[in-house]
Amino acid sequence: MNTHATQTLDARGMNCPLPILRTKKALSAMSSGETLAITSTDPGSFKDMQAFCKQTGNELLSSNQEQGEFVYVVRKS
Amino acid sequence: MGKLDIILPENLDKSIFDQWFDERFETRMAERAAAHVPSLAIIATKGTLDWAYPPFILASTASALGWDVSVFFTFYGLELLKKDLHLEISPLGNPSMPMKMPFGPQWFKDINWKIPNLVMAGMPGFEKMATGLMQQTVKNNGVASIEELRSICIESDVKLVACQMTVELFGHSHDAFIPEITDWIGAASFLPVAQKSDVCLFI
Repeated sequence: MNTHATQTLDARGMNCPLPILRTKKALSAMSSGETLAITSTDPGSFKDMQAFCKQTGNELLSSNQEQGEFVYVVRKS
Repeated sequence: MGKLDIILPENLDKSIFDQWFDERFETRMAERAAAHVPSLAIIATKGTLDWAYPPFILASTASALGWDVSVFFTFYGLELLKKDLHLEISPLGNPSMPMKMPFGPQWFKDINWKIPNLVMAGMPGFEKMATGLMQQTVKNNGVASIEELRSICIESDVKLVACQMTVELFGHSHDAFIPEITDWIGAASFLPVAQKSDVCLFI
């Protein structure tokens, strides 16, 4: 887990579309420029997170796979 | 002489004007595309547990993407707007539905039980049992419940509109439905919404 992020979101064990919906919810409570680190176990979230960020204009700073878990860092636009 | 020849000075090279116009047009179109909020219109017509998922998953996700979403619930789809959801699933006549047990050792879970239609139709409580197994499978896989997805839709301002005609047809009472229903309308009111949407789905 990236400890430098402003906030973290544990979406492990959740399946499509919950990781995206939870990410959206967490981001809406944050200020522009803040970062959110999301941990997910849903393999589908890898492409979905890219699409979500592209569509909403939030920046996907990193997207990593570590031991079956996906870690994303998103900066709120 | 065309209108353009009157407006433009005689010595102007038209190709320069065309180039200017093309560039300007591109910029304007890009600005317009950037400012456009995509919209989704869904017509939800089915009221079983399995068919309840697509409209709510697509609606909640579209709204997370910042889209403007309306869902029109009609016929059996109205069941999805009841205060108390008692959605069931019927594997009868659905050869694509895997019948797998959500518990026990892996080899047992992997068995796809082929149950003859005659047994499914004749065994009392078969649909109740299938519904229970489906709910357990959903839970085991971290898939949201319909109640949860519906709440997310309401929180994120998805417009849930209900078909007035169906209420009368099936003798429903308005009191049985969630108060968050945006409107009770008919086909003539929803079609213009569907017409203006970027994506329209019939589910």
